[in-house]
Amino acid sequence: MSLADILARHKGREGPLLPILHDVQAEFGHVSEDAIRTIASDLNLTRAEVHGVFSFYHDYRSTPEPRPIIKLCRAEACQARGVEALVTAMTPNPAVKVETVYCLGLCSVGPAAMVGTEVYARLDAAKLETLVKSL
Amino acid sequence: MKVRISDDALAIACGADAVAKAFTDAGSEVERVSSWGMHWLEPLVEINGIGFGPVTPADVVDILAGGADTLCIGPIAAHPFIARQQRLTFARAGKTRPLDLDDYYATSGWQGLAKAREIGPAATIEALITSGLRGRGGAGFPAGIKWRTVAGAQSPQKYIVCNADEGDSGTFADRMVMEGDPYVLIEGMAIAGHAVGASKGYVYIRSEYPHAIAKMEAAVKACAHLIAPFDVEIRVGAGAYVCGEETSLLNSLEGKRGEVRAKPPLPALEGLFGKPTVVNNVLTLATVPWVMANGAEAYAAYGMGRSRGTMPIQIAGNVKYGGLFETAFGITLGELVNDIGGGSGSGRPVRCVQVGGPLGAYHPPSQFDTPFDYEAFTGVDGLIGHGGLVVFDETVDMASQARFAMEFCAAESCGKCTPCRLGSTRGTETLDRVLAGENVDANLALIEDLCDTMKFGSLCALGGFTPYPVLSAITHFREDFVVRNKA
Repeated sequence: MSLADILARHKGREGPLLPILHDVQAEFGHVSEDAIRTIASDLNLTRAEVHGVFSFYHDYRSTPEPRPIIKLCRAEACQARGVEALVTAMTPNPAVKVETVYCLGLCSVGPAAMVGTEVYARLDAAKLETLVKSL
Repeated sequence: MKVRISDDALAIACGADAVAKAFTDAGSEVERVSSWGMHWLEPLVEINGIGFGPVTPADVVDILAGGADTLCIGPIAAHPFIARQQRLTFARAGKTRPLDLDDYYATSGWQGLAKAREIGPAATIEALITSGLRGRGGAGFPAGIKWRTVAGAQSPQKYIVCNADEGDSGTFADRMVMEGDPYVLIEGMAIAGHAVGASKGYVYIRSEYPHAIAKMEAAVKACAHLIAPFDVEIRVGAGAYVCGEETSLLNSLEGKRGEVRAKPPLPALEGLFGKPTVVNNVLTLATVPWVMANGAEAYAAYGMGRSRGTMPIQIAGNVKYGGLFETAFGITLGELVNDIGGGSGSGRPVRCVQVGGPLGAYHPPSQFDTPFDYEAFTGVDGLIGHGGLVVFDETVDMASQARFAMEFCAAESCGKCTPCRLGSTRGTETLDRVLAGENVDANLALIEDLCDTMKFGSLCALGGFTPYPVLSAITHFREDFVVRNKA
């Protein structure tokens, strides 16, 4: 799907900017400077306004991430269940991007992680290592 | 033989899909249902009302052969964890297929909406006020009063906004509603729309909940004809914790930075796109159908003091029996942690419980006689928030937890007000000095002063409530701070 298709799809919607940014990132893996200018022009906003929104939210990225991303929860409930020890024990793996996320709603069975839309719970050092290697 | 297994994200994360496949491969008919909320037993398998858990694919042959005695918990509905609850909001948990409209009809679905349509908007709002239902997102504002304000506002366009940006660590009840009983939330929104005269509803779901988003999208499509002319649309957040604050959420829905708005004006009068808007949490709206169908007095009969009804409490962290425990207000913190939760999961003594998410206080066992009630928790310098409990054992370092609270606030601050934006960063730096043993007493005094400024000077609960975990850690666990003093 092209950027023009995405913009067309959200025509007439109330408050379309976040849905557009989500779709652009899903389609292209990131939101480029060119895309920000095109979106701004289409929505009759300034480039600065769209950039301001884009940069406010943790989810959007300005450059593509070629590596698989594992989102590891490091919020309080997973801390209580030992996630920090897992982080310390992790073998550095340049082929995988490990991102911190604050809460996946799996707080009674942490430590928890998410890859794409796949969720993992009850992680220990060995399970996390296996998961990372499988990506 | 029919086998029931949850398709809730937590069950899936624990391996439910592989277990379901193993049963299907063995020739069983598998029905994917909502989760009972006994998370230590997931994946939980139900056959003729009898539960087995936690099950792995390797156990399937044994279960089908009538064995697996060590995994068998007997009749699920009679399990003490379930039998002790008073499930109103979660009445269907474990019992229905989340997206099956027949299951929803068969379990009193749409009766609340029918009742609201029958008695009309004014009587619906009166019933909600009588029920005493307060906002379950954390603020505890009477839902009926909010609805009455919106109903009284003059505007050709009004909105119902469901706050499903459940970002507090230790909470998952919103997720369980959306994944396990999505129609009850939509029904609650339709009742709200009918009561206040709004034709459009939005559900703002955090992006960390892909399963909830998928279920809600499917549910909205499947029941559109039943709630018309009211219309519900799903919107997805983008990883900003502060968007759980209602005015920040409204800005985000409008396509803006999720910055907090000053109040007044109240969202009830000038909310989404400046129009009168009901903003309610998932649990608040999902409770409305029960109130309408069973009567306001029946709901108000539960609870204590000004906390009427039930609260879906989420027991999490380092706990033996974690999960969803819905009960009338009034149960003590100690009962929840020790009797129901079974103490810590590690077997070590429980050191503290954080109640109400990252902005909630850390409570030591000496406060375990505190009843679960909005006012009682305010009385011990805490809050019940969205009803999440995170249990920690004795290995926790409370100075690190205090620092994390400040660091989290710095990472998630929207930047609009100074006490939160700068205070959280200065607070993190100051606690770093405490952790390094530099002038501990003087720096702790500085932190207490800073917390005072944040508490009273911040625009919203992010900066305003970050002092709760910080100060409670210092007050109740001062030994963890002073031990670092390089005297």
